Amino acid sequence: MAKPRGTKRTPIRVLIAKPGLDGHDRGAKVVARALRDAGMEVIYAGLRQTPEEIVRAALEEDVDLIGLSILSGAHMALFPRVLALLKQQEGRPIPVFAGGIIPDEDARRLKKAGIRAIFGPGTSLEEIVSTAQALARRPA
Amino acid sequence: MTAATARLPAAAKAIVGGDRRVLARTITAVENGDPSADRVVRSLYRRSGRAPVVGVTGPLGVGKSSLVNALVGRLRSLGQTVGVIGVDPSSPFTGGSVLGDRIRLERRADDLGVFFRSMASRGAAGGVAAATREVSRLLDAAGFDVILVETVGSGQVDVAIRDIASTSIVVVVPHLGDEVQTLKAGLFEIADIFCVNKVDLPGAELAKRDLAEFVNLGGKPSGWAPPIVGTSAIDPTVGVDDLWNDVLAHEKFLDDSGERDRGERRRLSSEIVGLARDHVGRELMDRLEHDPSLRKLLDDVVARRIDPRTAADRLVRGGRRTR
Repeated sequence: MAKPRGTKRTPIRVLIAKPGLDGHDRGAKVVARALRDAGMEVIYAGLRQTPEEIVRAALEEDVDLIGLSILSGAHMALFPRVLALLKQQEGRPIPVFAGGIIPDEDARRLKKAGIRAIFGPGTSLEEIVSTAQALARRPA
Repeated sequence: MTAATARLPAAAKAIVGGDRRVLARTITAVENGDPSADRVVRSLYRRSGRAPVVGVTGPLGVGKSSLVNALVGRLRSLGQTVGVIGVDPSSPFTGGSVLGDRIRLERRADDLGVFFRSMASRGAAGGVAAATREVSRLLDAAGFDVILVETVGSGQVDVAIRDIASTSIVVVVPHLGDEVQTLKAGLFEIADIFCVNKVDLPGAELAKRDLAEFVNLGGKPSGWAPPIVGTSAIDPTVGVDDLWNDVLAHEKFLDDSGERDRGERRRLSSEIVGLARDHVGRELMDRLEHDPSLRKLLDDVVARRIDPRTAADRLVRGGRRTR
């Protein structure tokens, strides 16, 4: 029943969540706001979400895309867990992008593991929005 | 497969059978007006009408999401399953939205007794989305015992929840205004229950008293006198049990008084007429744009040769002739 998303009638739905225990949610909020201004429906799940809660929310909300923000350093533990849980679901896994303080070496490994895009400090909002749009429209 | 589900479309069967992914995708299709959901929605209607639909409405920032979370907790402790719809506004400028009602939800990730769906209002007036009613029916057909609908932070005229909910809770907080506010038409008229949230704040007693005076001036036309409950978001044990008991009392009143049947008839007749109006409207718009003889009508109105009312009469008559 999938129609192309991203039109006025069928907006892109994206979940923005912060896995882990850090409380630094400014980045996630700025990105949520930018995606909203790009016409997306942003489900803001907020702080301290477990990978299980994130995947559960993504499923119930039927999102096209998941954005994870983390500044605690626990990305190598939490992101692969989210990806693994998503792979357990039927059908094509929902694409995931991420942002936060993630060292280059970790970013390379996470991309290999299946995180579709990783945005560090200084990334322009335009780049995040256009990448999110591309990922949501071509999830494969 | 039981005999009762044998004739349902596959997606409808999956929803009745508890498939949350199909439920989620069907909700998306309903929101998007996707024709693929049409048969599912039609076929599941008969399986709805079982769960109470409880609306939680009130101005922005009064604590609706926290209250919904507290009600979910209470219902789960009673062993009831809950479908929740949280509506937030879409931007009239970009169509985008930030849906934040989920943020207050506290529940175990493995608790399948709760299904929470955020919806953007997508330009609908009145505090809910156009698809909210049909989505609440899908949750009902999926077997959830209670459906909670949290509206957009409402203004004084945002009363569309009464067309969806069997019980409407209007949430306020202390210092929203003096007792004259309670006299004003609109939001306060639809309350089956008044909830004074943040009851730990100073002014709560005054707010309750003002509401009590309002209720004492006369209850609803049905004879129901809305109870007033104080709750506290920082201590979900304060008042939430009372609030839920009042919901049950109102649901019982609906059954005992015959008001449920009257309410259903009112809601459904307006839904049927609304759907028919959309249908006819789309047809007429199509004719006005594509039927050459009717397109001339528009030319005549633009050129001020005939007025819009006369043109509308002719459009409707022309529509009938071609049928």
